[in-house]
Amino acid sequence: MQAENYSALHEFWTNLRAIPSHVYRAMFRGGPPKTDRTRSSFIFGNVFLHLHSVRTHLWSLRWSTTMGLGIVTTAAFLITLVTGILLMFYYKPYPDIAYQSIKDIHFIVPTGRFMRNIHRWAANVMVVAVILHMARAFYTASYRKPREFNWFIGWGLLVTTLGLSFTGYLLPWDQLAYWAITIGANIAQSPREITDAMGITQWMDIGGLQREILLGSDKVGEEALIRFYLLHVMILPLTLAMLMAVHFWRIRKDGGLAKPKDADERVAEEAKEFYPVFTDSPAKTYHLAAVVKGKTSAVDSGPEHTVPSMPHLFYAELGVLMLTTLICIGLAFISDAPLKELANPLVPENPAKAPWYFLGLQEIVSFSAFMGGIGIPMLCVIGLGLIPFLDREKEGTGEWFGGPGGWKLVKWSMVVGFASSILVEAFAIKFGWLREWFPDIPQLIITFVNPGTVLTAIYAAFSIWAVRKYNSTRAGALALFTCFLCGFIVLTVIGTYFRGPNWDFFWSPSDWGGH
Amino acid sequence: MTTHPGEKKSRFDPDPMPRRDFLGLAALGSMMAAFLLSIFGMLKLPKAAVSASPAKKFNVSIPDTLPEGEAFIPPGRNVAVFRDAEGVFAISTVCTHLGCIVKASPAGFDCPCHGSGFTKDGTVRKGPAPKPLPWLKVSLSGSTVTVDEEKTVKAGTKV
Repeated sequence: MQAENYSALHEFWTNLRAIPSHVYRAMFRGGPPKTDRTRSSFIFGNVFLHLHSVRTHLWSLRWSTTMGLGIVTTAAFLITLVTGILLMFYYKPYPDIAYQSIKDIHFIVPTGRFMRNIHRWAANVMVVAVILHMARAFYTASYRKPREFNWFIGWGLLVTTLGLSFTGYLLPWDQLAYWAITIGANIAQSPREITDAMGITQWMDIGGLQREILLGSDKVGEEALIRFYLLHVMILPLTLAMLMAVHFWRIRKDGGLAKPKDADERVAEEAKEFYPVFTDSPAKTYHLAAVVKGKTSAVDSGPEHTVPSMPHLFYAELGVLMLTTLICIGLAFISDAPLKELANPLVPENPAKAPWYFLGLQEIVSFSAFMGGIGIPMLCVIGLGLIPFLDREKEGTGEWFGGPGGWKLVKWSMVVGFASSILVEAFAIKFGWLREWFPDIPQLIITFVNPGTVLTAIYAAFSIWAVRKYNSTRAGALALFTCFLCGFIVLTVIGTYFRGPNWDFFWSPSDWGGH
Repeated sequence: MTTHPGEKKSRFDPDPMPRRDFLGLAALGSMMAAFLLSIFGMLKLPKAAVSASPAKKFNVSIPDTLPEGEAFIPPGRNVAVFRDAEGVFAISTVCTHLGCIVKASPAGFDCPCHGSGFTKDGTVRKGPAPKPLPWLKVSLSGSTVTVDEEKTVKAGTKV
């Protein structure tokens, strides 16, 4: 029954005028985030934001807890995603034409050069940030129960990030790209070093198969380029996005970021400004439905000093996003992404260097292809993945350099890590290695005894010492992780600044001479 | 599932598997098997059956003026061809370490990528190369020299 003065036309007119506010309200049902209640619904009512928890602990918001490194990584990924899609408008993945299209992007396409620079810098920022983020999670012992699986996912994200960088490196099809990928593909083939020494290559050629699948041919050519392109723009980004979603969601499900037991007392002063939500220890021992077994992460943790994620966490994240964008744009203004001459399969670059984050690897590869390129990296990667299952101690979770030994042990590990890698490198550079002394020595001996493996053995010995001294696996992990980080830095610096033509040692690139 | 009166069963005690569960598991298992099999099938696609590359066997005409012991690099090939009093021979210039192209030098061959060095007959002199540079099969018919990059011969074989 309609009112007597009802006018459909008037109603239509009113609805038409109200469209913007109705659309807004249909999108954001909770209304503007002005009270704790609407702030909560702002988060859980949004498919993207609900990966956050509704409230965030004050400890997690401290700058020193995370330094925002995870968000920097995410931001850098978003930047590469946007600029990468823009670059795809003009890039053509075919040998020689690819090079020309990059030249077009660089010299002709409006803002093309700028976008390529940002893409390249954001990729570098992402690699640095993901390594630092991992170091943060490690040094604060954040990988421990219940966060083991998320550490595992993070490990996958690290590998995928490096894969993205590596596949992107080939796409310009210049000399730098071509030879870096030739080397990379041959590293994939290097299990042959073992199978050859055992004389079983003709029956079980794992190395050859890996290389063939990667390149789609017996050398780096059109097939390899399209494969790397496919990996770079489709397979790896999708993998990364999927892992990221799981990674973020698990943070929430694992009860927020790791924090020390007394975190609440330590933030008590800051917490006075906020209205408390939980005043009692949560006693529920079930998840959403009472039939689900197991405890939620909130059980036994006492009343916590949390604040609404909107705006406290959300604005901090946006701040880091803006800062990361600013850094990438700034770097893009300062320095251009390199583009050398067109790829020439007959004449390698001299020296032919991989991207900087692989130069540490290239340095140990220059001693043994298999150990440097596959053996030692696999050891690191497996070791990293297993840390949370080996170190199941409780002490020091959420604290920087937490655990037995602490900062003092890390300091000494740095000394050992730096000193031993510099000494071993200096020895190998000065005196050469087994092949120079005994030209007829079997390859298998060099594969297992070379500067890379010697360094690994020293680090392992030191960390076993640490385990025994502090009677703690965590102490051993601290020592080993620190040593490998230092070794990575030393090898990367040597590979980047001190290796010249023929991979010879030079004190400065100005001594390289003409070639 | 049958429980007898008076018998207290823990929920962890195994019961004989009901038919429905068994059939469910069997269905799940066969689905997984089909899934894995299809993945194997799909992996056949990226492994190319034929690789697009130029012919590995090619003819070379060595300049008459080539001095003994000096390498002649046929255009577009990663092969060094030599001629001396004992005959003609060819050595691959693809480094056995990681596939860079070695350059002829007074000492033999040097690799620019990771510093491997080889003597004139391809033996490893220094650096990380695991194997000597392979000698390639060379055949002569009249004055034409044919090199086959796919066939290696024993070091020292000259024709």
